[in-house]
Amino acid sequence: MAKVKLDDNKIQKIKDICAAHGNKAGEAINILHEVQNTFGYLPAEVQELIAEQIHVSAAHIYGIVTFYSFFTMLPKGEHPISVCLGTACYVRGSEKILDEFKRQLGINIGETTPDGKFSINCLRCVGACGLAPVALVGDKVYGRITTDQVKDIIAEYQN
Amino acid sequence: MSEYKMHILVCGGPGCSASKSEQIAANLRSHLQQEGLEKEVNVVLTGCFGFCEAGPIIKIMPDNVFYVKVQPEDAKEIVQEHIIKGRMVERLLYTEPSNGKKTPLDTDTDFYKKQVRIALRNCGIIDPENIEEYIALDGYKALATCLTEYTPEKVIEIVSASGLSGRGGAGFPTGRKWAATAKSKAEQKYIVCNADEGDPGAFMDRSILEGDPHSVLEAMAIAGYAVGADKGLIYIRAEYPLAIHRLQIALDQARDRGLLGKDIFSTGFNFDIELRYGAGAFVCGEATALIHSMEGLRGEPTMKPPRTSDKGYLGMPTNVNNVETYANVPAIILKGADWFSSIGTENSKGTKVFALAGQIKNVGLIEVPMGITLREIIYEIGGGMNGGKKFKAIQTGGPSGGCLTEKHLDIPIDYKSLSDAGSMMGSGGMVIMDESSCMVSIAKFYLDFTVEESCGKCTPCRIGNKRLYELLDKITQGKGTMEDLDNLRNLSHVIKDTSLCGLGQSSPNPVLSTLDNFWDEYVEHVKEHKCRAGVCKALMKYEINPEVCVGCTACARNCPVNAIKGEKKQAHQINQEACIKCGTCMEKCKFGAISIK
Repeated sequence: MAKVKLDDNKIQKIKDICAAHGNKAGEAINILHEVQNTFGYLPAEVQELIAEQIHVSAAHIYGIVTFYSFFTMLPKGEHPISVCLGTACYVRGSEKILDEFKRQLGINIGETTPDGKFSINCLRCVGACGLAPVALVGDKVYGRITTDQVKDIIAEYQN
Repeated sequence: MSEYKMHILVCGGPGCSASKSEQIAANLRSHLQQEGLEKEVNVVLTGCFGFCEAGPIIKIMPDNVFYVKVQPEDAKEIVQEHIIKGRMVERLLYTEPSNGKKTPLDTDTDFYKKQVRIALRNCGIIDPENIEEYIALDGYKALATCLTEYTPEKVIEIVSASGLSGRGGAGFPTGRKWAATAKSKAEQKYIVCNADEGDPGAFMDRSILEGDPHSVLEAMAIAGYAVGADKGLIYIRAEYPLAIHRLQIALDQARDRGLLGKDIFSTGFNFDIELRYGAGAFVCGEATALIHSMEGLRGEPTMKPPRTSDKGYLGMPTNVNNVETYANVPAIILKGADWFSSIGTENSKGTKVFALAGQIKNVGLIEVPMGITLREIIYEIGGGMNGGKKFKAIQTGGPSGGCLTEKHLDIPIDYKSLSDAGSMMGSGGMVIMDESSCMVSIAKFYLDFTVEESCGKCTPCRIGNKRLYELLDKITQGKGTMEDLDNLRNLSHVIKDTSLCGLGQSSPNPVLSTLDNFWDEYVEHVKEHKCRAGVCKALMKYEINPEVCVGCTACARNCPVNAIKGEKKQAHQINQEACIKCGTCMEKCKFGAISIK
């Protein structure tokens, strides 16, 4: 894991979030949600700091972060792409869409392009099964995608 | 209250919002304003109508006319024609495929005709962000009735007599659960709503919370009164921001009106609800795992007993029910146990919400009485197979369920009949597949999910499912043996028999049910190295028939990896080493010269 040096502002912000939850161990998940909302991801240094604040081991926090798929230790791209691999999208060919995104961007699932613009992730069902196969770029939903359209979708965010 | 003459209901469900339904609502409002009608016609963004395939949907009341596939640009015409001149916009009406007729009334359509909406009774009808609309449809009347007319014992008696059972999947009788929590003695008890909808392909809980959040809050308060709890918790996925937002609004509004909080209806009963966020873990649908997650720990299940009704959240008696289960409760209290138990079958009472998806015409959310057949769901409500292809399988119950075939289509479905057939009710995902689905790959798809979601606490689930996945992967690579097929079955039974919680006990179901129902397909993969659906890449190759190819170069120009070579007007060839088997060439060939071998 890459070492991240936290600046004083960030340290204070994380301490404030922990304090707002009474520095209680039982609030760990809520604290992690809030910190991830603020910083985008949860690198090791952040986890260590949280552990210290709520008086549990860093291993305990690491255990929680790695258990839940919502938490991530890697920064996402500026335009995170999420391809739905829920059952409805899968049977309507979302794997092909995912492959095409991977091929066009030259990255794998969970990775970010070198320029930091795009990252690819999978998700399971956004509830828009009527539009299957579905992919999201940021919060924008693209439905009934064909492999041909993948290039155009990426181009929308290129500049 | 305002005095609108008309209401335009715009579906704000997940599918329709993705197709710009919010823009439709905004355009309608601005056109109404231009015509000076904003005080007479109200535009309401509602929860999911269920008919996602025809979305975005809008409905005009009191005319009771519904329009489908509406675009933001259509707003002007709807206002000019329908609202001002009173003429229906013909081109936006739904055409019933079975008879080709325009059908302005939604309840006349094949999609809605057989549905009975209890849990979804208010979805698509009320503004979920306005408590007045819920109250106008008898909202919180059931809570008032319980608090002022019934004893807690009487409430449990009604819920028990109704035959309502857990809609999250397992089907445990709700009344019995409530009675067990009521019987436990403790200073503090909790009511928990499980809104951690994790089945990929099911979105009923989300639709209820987004479309009718108060029905769940009201039911939780009723449960609190029945079991003697004054605190409720909703465990909801962080991935559902809109549902969270609407719940927060609903909680504030209910507190403002004294329907939650202290001394509700001046009866001395206190009850309030907090939200807890899940963070993406399928296993947290299991009650003990969910409780550990709410306590800020890894969501790992524990042995039962003790059941959560004895020792749950923070060690206190806790009643855990799912969203859809709760949504039924107010209707049962108001209309009576006899009414509810008159719907459904001998073993399963009431209705069930299903998320219909896959290769079917009418994708969407449906609520049907227990005892309906799969055939009615697929061919009447679902409108049959998409693109006229042949039905192959229906998967029910998500990763814990199984794949059923043609021979199961006429079974009246309920908890027992589905589990006898080797599948399960589950949370209500229903995925319909045609010949283009490879059943070995489908089993692998579910196992991939289980391997990722297994919490790792018990060995059979952690290691066993991984081994199942590897065997399936080997078969899809064309390297499987007949012995592997035996091992798949044996290992599946071991995992089912020895896993700690429901996840592992049901995770081999997709494997066992496909082995039972699609044995030939497994054998084909093993013996003939053939995937009849053309899904398993390792088992297929694309070939150009030189007799048919005219050398138009369309395939070569579109090949993403330049694997196709050939002179203009001469037959082309595919370099098999470079080919990534994406199928683009076959799609682009206008002459049908490319086929899968």
